[in-house]
Amino acid sequence: MRFLLDTEQRAFAESLDAMLTAAGTPAVARAWGRGEHAVGRAVWARLAEAGVFALAAPEAYEGVGPLPVELAVAFVELGRHAVPGPLVETVTATVLLAGLDDPGPAERLLPALVSGKAMATVAPAPGSYALDGDAAETRLSLDPAAGGLRLAPGHGPVRPSLDPARRLTHLSPGGELLAPHAPLPHALTWARLAVAAQALGVGLSLLDRTVAYVRQRKQFGVSVGSFQAVKHRLADAKVALEFARPLVFGAAVTLDPVDAAAAKVTACEAAYTTARTALQLHGAIGYTAEYDLSLWLTKARALRTAWGAPAECRDMVLSGGGRRR
Amino acid sequence: MDLARSPADEAFRAEARAWLRAHVPSEPLPSLETEEGFAAHRAWEAELAADRWSVVHWPTAYGGRDAGLPRWLVFEEEYYAAGAPGRVGQNGVNLLAPTLFDHGTEEQRARVLPPMACGEVVWAQAWSEPEAGSDLASLTSRAVRTAGGWLLTGQKTWSSRAAFADRAFGLFRSEPGTARPHQGLTYLMFDLRAPGVTVRPIGRLDGRPAFAELFLDDVFVPDEDVIGAPGQGWRVAMSTAGNERGLTLRSPGRFLAAADRLLGLWQERGSPASARDAVADALIGARAYELFTHAAASRFLQGTPIGPEASLNKVFWSEYDIALHETALDLLGEEGEAADTGWSEGYVFSLAGPIYAGTNEIQRDIIAERLLGLPKGRR
Repeated sequence: MRFLLDTEQRAFAESLDAMLTAAGTPAVARAWGRGEHAVGRAVWARLAEAGVFALAAPEAYEGVGPLPVELAVAFVELGRHAVPGPLVETVTATVLLAGLDDPGPAERLLPALVSGKAMATVAPAPGSYALDGDAAETRLSLDPAAGGLRLAPGHGPVRPSLDPARRLTHLSPGGELLAPHAPLPHALTWARLAVAAQALGVGLSLLDRTVAYVRQRKQFGVSVGSFQAVKHRLADAKVALEFARPLVFGAAVTLDPVDAAAAKVTACEAAYTTARTALQLHGAIGYTAEYDLSLWLTKARALRTAWGAPAECRDMVLSGGGRRR
Repeated sequence: MDLARSPADEAFRAEARAWLRAHVPSEPLPSLETEEGFAAHRAWEAELAADRWSVVHWPTAYGGRDAGLPRWLVFEEEYYAAGAPGRVGQNGVNLLAPTLFDHGTEEQRARVLPPMACGEVVWAQAWSEPEAGSDLASLTSRAVRTAGGWLLTGQKTWSSRAAFADRAFGLFRSEPGTARPHQGLTYLMFDLRAPGVTVRPIGRLDGRPAFAELFLDDVFVPDEDVIGAPGQGWRVAMSTAGNERGLTLRSPGRFLAAADRLLGLWQERGSPASARDAVADALIGARAYELFTHAAASRFLQGTPIGPEASLNKVFWSEYDIALHETALDLLGEEGEAADTGWSEGYVFSLAGPIYAGTNEIQRDIIAERLLGLPKGRR
């Protein structure tokens, strides 16, 4: 038993971190929120080159996967840097397509997703939002009750999200039937793992930025970070994030739907409470759209309900029957 | 990164499980915070020790199995899953023994550890004083040099299990007037039945004498009961304080078993929606703690000592423990008020968690200053 990242996994995180720092992701996220996709696509291409979209795809479809631990490592970095776009959705689509009995759709659609030439989005049920339907080339809609998995012909108008970098769309009905039944539960596990890792990254970034801010910000003649009330809120955020982290990587190791649901609800709650703390400790500057902190604050709220609201994830945990299941 | 146990670890699990199935008392023992219960728990320790299950992580020379950290975790999982009794010797095993392994002499280990392992000598911790709780450096009880040893004088308090325990260990000021408060302290072991010792039991919230105050009046301690060098007591004590906050005091097995029992209770009560989130969070919290411990153990086995990260543990498990027991009492409804159930005993015990072993306020200061790098400030 060795429940730690190895040297290669840590190096992978560091290289993504360096690349995304250089890319200036806050400006990329702002442009994406305005519907300007060019710089976002450039970052996406570099992520694909680094192998991010190959991690969930089997070798048969030009992937290197399944490598869920590496995927979690990558999504923590994507969250830390507030990278916009249908990241989780592209992973989910990859797992859905790779899991079909008929290899045809995967052979046709997966190489473009793995190489970063195309983005995917997924509407997991009729009427659900599909993130960034306007940017994605591969739009998958699921109707588990009736119609199986379809390639949607288009998307409806873009509806703004609480997180300006997330663009909500409905998919157009109909379209090519790719499979009569789609293995949604397995894809959902990957989706929740990816959201959990992304949320953990969002929370870690919020904590780092807030610690840096309260160290330099002075009030009453001393650093705000020397006040015990401030320290204790940040200590609680640290505890929450550090206990979410092993759930995320544990879920990556087991790929158990119960573990993924537990990771999702816990990482999202930890990120969200960290966001509340970050906003409070920044004061009014944190409440402005101009200040970059807002990119993570709003994402923490949005991720909480993406791919399974807290109640849904807790139900999954309870259905697992506990330890001796 | 993996979570798989080796076949040898799984064989160890099977052996432990079989032994526990054959030996765990079918009826819970009386509360170990009563005289009768203390004696029953002492007998249980002797039964464990007879087959070398009382201190599996210790070297075989002192009654252990040299099992290592991963197997200790396995044993704890099986132990609590089997519903086995609480451990009366935990202050000695978890706090004094690691100190002796790190700083004691071979003679001290050979003399102190085997009777500790079988419950023949049960140890109490004598650290806190009326004016020195989490601010341990301010303690004032004295150790004064005398022929062949030391004379202890002063008052210790909140000493867990001291009402029925045999011996105690603690810090005493041996060099008054040092420049800094944590200098000039000496770490000593002493007999709770020695002349000059008065033990006054204190009832905790439920009235049971779970701790005591100790009045010391020229109590003689021979030189061989000093741990480490005289005057170096702070360093000796702090090198193992992380044990108390970290892994050993609360093993994940304990919470995994408790969360399972809570889930059972919830289902038994018709799975009320009102408690759904709290029960799910108890299951998730136990899993988080288990995995956090796996990561900490992996780091420890790679040679990274447990440092200020132990404060993350302590805040987490102490608050988790209370939340879990509150949920159980709520589920029990009216019956939750009854004081003679395992859940209520556990609830009362859990309430002390954020207070002892360094209050959670002190732990949060440590997290903020040593893990987040925030500046020191006025408390």
